[in-house]
Amino acid sequence: MSDMMKVSSNPHVRSGVTTSNIMMWVVIALLPAAGFGIYNFGIDALIILLLSVFSTVATEFCYEKILNKKITIGDFSAVVTGLLLGMNLPCTVPWWLPIIGGIFAILVVKMLFGGLGQNFMNPALGARCFLLISFPALMTNFVTDTYTSATPLAALKAGEEVTVIDMIIGKIPGTIGETSMIAIVIGACILIMLGIIDLKIPGTYIVSFVIFIILFGGHGLNGAYISAQLAGGGLMLGAFFMATDYVTSPITTKGKYIYGVFLGVLTGIFRVFGVSAEGVSYAIIIGNLIVPLIEKYTIPRAFGIRPVEKKEEKKA
Amino acid sequence: MSEENKGALGFKQDTPMERFLNGLIVENPTLVLMIGMCPTLAVTTSAINGVTMGLATTFVLALSNAVISLLRKVIPDTVRIPAFIVVIASFVTLVQLVMQAYVPVMYQALGVYIPLIVVNCIIFGRAEAYASKHDLIPSFFDGIGMGLGFTCAITIIGLFRELIGGGTMFDVQIFGEGSVVPGPVGYFFSQYQPIRIFIQQAGAFIVLAVLIAIMNQVKFNMEKKGKDTSKFGVGGCCSDVEIKDPHKVKDELLAKEKAALETKTETIKPSDIKVPEKEPVPVEKNTEEIKEVITPGEEDKK
Repeated sequence: MSDMMKVSSNPHVRSGVTTSNIMMWVVIALLPAAGFGIYNFGIDALIILLLSVFSTVATEFCYEKILNKKITIGDFSAVVTGLLLGMNLPCTVPWWLPIIGGIFAILVVKMLFGGLGQNFMNPALGARCFLLISFPALMTNFVTDTYTSATPLAALKAGEEVTVIDMIIGKIPGTIGETSMIAIVIGACILIMLGIIDLKIPGTYIVSFVIFIILFGGHGLNGAYISAQLAGGGLMLGAFFMATDYVTSPITTKGKYIYGVFLGVLTGIFRVFGVSAEGVSYAIIIGNLIVPLIEKYTIPRAFGIRPVEKKEEKKA
Repeated sequence: MSEENKGALGFKQDTPMERFLNGLIVENPTLVLMIGMCPTLAVTTSAINGVTMGLATTFVLALSNAVISLLRKVIPDTVRIPAFIVVIASFVTLVQLVMQAYVPVMYQALGVYIPLIVVNCIIFGRAEAYASKHDLIPSFFDGIGMGLGFTCAITIIGLFRELIGGGTMFDVQIFGEGSVVPGPVGYFFSQYQPIRIFIQQAGAFIVLAVLIAIMNQVKFNMEKKGKDTSKFGVGGCCSDVEIKDPHKVKDELLAKEKAALETKTETIKPSDIKVPEKEPVPVEKNTEEIKEVITPGEEDKK
C-alpha cells in the first residue's frame, strides 16, 4: 500500500490513530487470554506462543529484506497474526508446527497477496486451517498432563455432561487462547471501549449463532446447552478478535450485519450438522471470501444520487 | 521476412526442432499458455500419475495432430470441430483400451481422466491453431513437443506434491517414517511429517503457482539479458486462431481497397493535375470515381 492516500480536499483532521497503535492495543487485549492459556497449560504454551510470534515477524522481515521492500514489522500486525495463530494451537503440538504455520500465514496468505490490507483472508486463520488439514492428528490432540478428557465441545457432541462454570472460567482442554471466556471478554471490552472494534459483527455473530442453536441444536431453550456452546471452542475468540479483522471484514454497516449473521449460521451448521465439533475457523474463512461480494451489494448510496432502480423505471 | 520467419529460440519457423522446443519451453502448455488445467490439477497427486497422464496425452496429441494435418484440406471449415473430435476420440479410445489391458493399475488410478483427454484443450488448441494449417511433419513434432512440455510440467508438479505431501518420490519413501536413506541423514529425514494439504487440491494450486512464478522469473531474466522473449506465450492457441467472421472479412477487404485507392489518389494529385493542363476533365472524372468507390465502403463499415 502506498504510505498515505488523500481522498478528499483539505482541511484534514490529524489523529493519533495509526496502524501500529491499533495493533498494539489488539496485542494488549489478547494478553489476558494468552496469559490465562499459559497459566492453564504451563510453560509449553508460552513457548508455542513465542515461537509463533517469532516465526511470523521473522518471515515478514526476511521477505521484505530479500525483495528490497520497506520493512513493515514495526506496525505490529505480524505480532497480532503470530499471537492469534499461537492461541489457535493446542499446547501439545511439536515445536516446528507454529513455525510452519507462521511462515504460511505471512508468506502465502499475507505477503504474496500484497501485504497488510491486501490479504483476502485472515492470515492466522488461514494458517490454522492449513495446519488443521495438513496435520489433523497433531492439531486435535488436546490431551495434556492436566487434561485427559475430550474438549467440552466434543463431549457435548457425544452427548456427555459438561460443567458450564469451568468452561466460562477456562479450566478446560482446548487450544491455548480459546478456553477462557472471561479473559477473552475482558480483552474485547478493552477494544470496544477504545473504539477499535464495535459490537456489530461479534454481536450479530453471537446472536445469530444462538438463534440457530435454539432452532436446530436439538435441545431447544436449554440454558446449559446454549451457554456451553457459547463458551466452548473458539467462538468468543473468533467473534471478537478474528471476525473483526479490519482487512477481511466488510466496511459497510449493513454489510457487517450480513457478515455476522452469515458467520453465525455457518458456525451453527458446522457444529450441529458437521463431522467435527468445531467450525469457527472454517466459518470465518468462508466469510472472508464472500466479503467483497457483501461490500459490492451494500455500498451506501451517495447523497443526492438517485437509486439505480428508479432510473430503470424511467427508461421503461 | 527473415525475422518474421524466425521461430522459437532462434530456430527456423516450422522445422521439427523448432516445434519441439516451442512446445517444451517457449509455449509450454501448462506453465506459459496455461491450458489443460483440469488434468494438471486433478491427476498430479503423484509423479507417476503425471508421467502416465502426460505420455497418454502426448500419444494422442502427436497422432491426432498428424491425422488432422493430413485431412486439413478435406475437412470443411464448418464441421471442423466435430471432425476433430472424431479423430481425437478414436485415439483416446485406443489409449484407453491399451492401458486397460497392460497397465490396469494406472488405468484405475487415473480413472475418468483418461476418457477426458478427448476434451483436453491442449489437443483441441493445437488441432485448431496449428495442425489444421500446417504440413504433416511440423504438426507431428508440434504435438510431440507440446505433449512432452505438458508431461514435464505435470510430472514436476506431481513430484513436488508427492514429496511434500507424502514424503515419497515415485513411490519410494524419501522423507518421513520408513525412509530408505541410510545413516544419520536417514534418521533426520525420517522425522519429517508429510504436509497432507499438498496431496489435496489446494496443494496443486500452490505448487502450480510457484512453478509459474519460476517460469516468469526465467523469462524476466532472459529479457534482462536482452534476449528476444517476444515469442514467449504469444502465438499460442488463442492468438493463432483466425475466426472467419464474414463481417470481419468484408471489413478487411474494404480497408485494403480503401488503402489502395488512397495511395492511388496521392500519386495522381500532385503530378497529374498540374502538368497536363490540356486534359483536366479525365483527371477529375477519375478522382470522382474513386470517391464514389470510397464512400459506400465507409458507410458499410459504420
